[in-house]
Amino acid sequence: MSGERTTDTTSWLYRRVLHPIRLAADAVVRAWQSSLQLRVAATTLVITGVAVVVIGVFIVDQVAGGVLEAKRNAAIGQARLGQESARTSLAETDTSVPGDVEAARTKITADLTANGQSAGLFTTALESESPSANEITPSVAIPDGLRRLVQRSNLAVQYAPVRDGDRTVPGLIVGEPVSARTGVLDLYYLFPLTAEEQTIALVQRTVAVSGLALVLLVVGIALLVTRQVVRPVRVVSQTAGRLAAGDLSQRIRVHGADDIARLGRSFNDMAGSLQRQIRRLEDLSRLQRRFTSDVSHELRTPLTTIRMASELLHAHRDEFPPALSRSVELLNAELDRFESLLGDLLEISRYDAGVARLESETADLRGVVQATVEASRLLAERQGSELIVDLPDEPVPVDMDSRRVERILRNLVGNALDHGEGKPVEIRVRADADAVAVAVRDHGVGLRPGEAGLVFNRFWRGDPSRSRLTGGTGLGLAISLEDARLHDGWLQAWGERGKGAQFRLTLPRVAGHTLLASPLPLVPDEDVHEADSFEFEEEDA
Amino acid sequence: MLVVDDDSALAEMLGIVLRTDGFEPSFVAEGSRAMQAFRESKPDIVLLDLMLPGMSGIDVCRGIRAESGTPIIMLTAKSDTVDVVLGLESGADDYVVKPFKPKELVARMRARLRHHENLVSEQLTIGPADSPVIIDVPAHQVSRDGRPVALTPLEFDLLVALARKPRQVFTREVLLEQVWGYRHAADTRLVNVHVQRLRSKVERDPEKPEVVLTVRGVGYKAGPP
Repeated sequence: MSGERTTDTTSWLYRRVLHPIRLAADAVVRAWQSSLQLRVAATTLVITGVAVVVIGVFIVDQVAGGVLEAKRNAAIGQARLGQESARTSLAETDTSVPGDVEAARTKITADLTANGQSAGLFTTALESESPSANEITPSVAIPDGLRRLVQRSNLAVQYAPVRDGDRTVPGLIVGEPVSARTGVLDLYYLFPLTAEEQTIALVQRTVAVSGLALVLLVVGIALLVTRQVVRPVRVVSQTAGRLAAGDLSQRIRVHGADDIARLGRSFNDMAGSLQRQIRRLEDLSRLQRRFTSDVSHELRTPLTTIRMASELLHAHRDEFPPALSRSVELLNAELDRFESLLGDLLEISRYDAGVARLESETADLRGVVQATVEASRLLAERQGSELIVDLPDEPVPVDMDSRRVERILRNLVGNALDHGEGKPVEIRVRADADAVAVAVRDHGVGLRPGEAGLVFNRFWRGDPSRSRLTGGTGLGLAISLEDARLHDGWLQAWGERGKGAQFRLTLPRVAGHTLLASPLPLVPDEDVHEADSFEFEEEDA
Repeated sequence: MLVVDDDSALAEMLGIVLRTDGFEPSFVAEGSRAMQAFRESKPDIVLLDLMLPGMSGIDVCRGIRAESGTPIIMLTAKSDTVDVVLGLESGADDYVVKPFKPKELVARMRARLRHHENLVSEQLTIGPADSPVIIDVPAHQVSRDGRPVALTPLEFDLLVALARKPRQVFTREVLLEQVWGYRHAADTRLVNVHVQRLRSKVERDPEKPEVVLTVRGVGYKAGPP
């Protein structure tokens, strides 16, 4: 029970206290890191603040010292002056008679006060060398240290609080021993420092107020100055952001000829030069793509004629001598290859031109896989490879362009059969909530280290010395990769020398979703160690 | 039959192939002369290259379609959606993408020329009861509200295919097989475009079809008789 309560308290503490504090701290840190203006202002505030405090303390200290020094000199002067009067007054005083002592004190006070150059004497006190408690003037508490000094026959001065009626005010006490008729009396002059205190307080206030004003002024100036610098910088950064986002026509409005204006002007020059370069490259690449597409189209008409002629010859090949007949067969077969090459080239040029469109529909992936497998049976039989298909029992609905997905799979299966050396080719389909994956595994020659990244290159060949049996165009995997990308999917390859290769297609189940993981591993389970895999993942578009 | 193509080598080769298959082709190389040639030779079928000098294949297609329902097969180098759909919408019945095999072309042509030798009197009625569409199959005539509706042979075949089984839903693939004669799956855009054209002729309001109904996610069916 108590344990639970502790947990509750902890979590409450976290939720109600620590968490908001942390959030606030994070916000402050973020603001600190993100605003140059704030940093400059805060730094200025701290530095000026410290400087002003130091200077202020110094000034107040100097003024107070001077004022007190003057007071002290005046007080000592007055005490000296009073000495004569005291001596005459006390010469007749019997120290043992309190009434006499009091009378003498009053007289001394009156004498001194009457004397024009008063240092603000407030009162005096007379004490015998060893005063008994009732002898001590109740309104005056003479510090023991001072008393000891005076008893050693010195003129001594000390700052100590003195009582002025009900109030205790800071004061200055000057003490000296005076010889009375009998014995020695200690005479203390008490000067209140009320006026000096007021003067010092006034100075303190003045220094504090002007210091604060100075700090605010400096911080204000700092803010203003940084604003003047930061604002154009912000404008530049915003413009750069828009430029980066693709709006190449963005420019900065430039006034004047100062450094900031120069920054703006150089920025605009840079943007202009970038725009020109990009336009030029775009034009070039558009021209290039246009050319590829046009060439492919232009080739089609003569190819049609050749095709028809070849078909006609092929239909009558029995009537030809053997060499001619074989030639016609070769012509016909190579025309097929030429045609598919042209088709692939056109398809690639469509991707390059960015005109490839996805015709997405929700369909069962298993159907597409089965169609692919059926279409590849003949080839598999010719290669002597067994096609092993592992499908989930439930339907796997996916948003996809079935034509493209089937093309990817046909390419992958064809590729696996081509390089599978007659060993079984496994096709596995798995799905989770977000994604589906198809892995096509062969146990053929595999890939050399580093080749997993090259297989998707156009016209790339693993081993130039090997003849290709399916007569692929060399563009199949490149097109497949583009097809997968069009689906926001991944197409990745793994392979190891002698262990075969695996290609994995991962598609998001819902169009437009970003893939985070694949339901199937890229590296087959039995080969997890020292894998050479190449992740062909999408960068942020 | 008429072949409209500007490539002389292809035209000649087409001639050779088509003659061996028993056709009697006549040729025209320029789009601007195509209409005149069409009127003179009155072909049973037209092979039309989409990219022609003079007048574009699309315009020729529209011109022919404005005058007659003669089957038109487009020859196109582009299989992109826009080009194909534009061709079909301007009235072509079917299309072949270059490079095609001669057998494929001949099969497409034969499918378009296939005559339905229906000597048995057959009359079909579909659409809403207050304004039914009446199809006289042997006479190749369609009428609605007593007025004849002019359909191309392809549109007629499409309507008859749907009307013969009024309650059955036809997928686009099935229609491609029955009407166009494709044995394996082909371009379903063919069906979509021609259903639109058919509707524009037989429906009172093509936006709210009553005769040819869409079954979402499946295909089409004939409206109730």
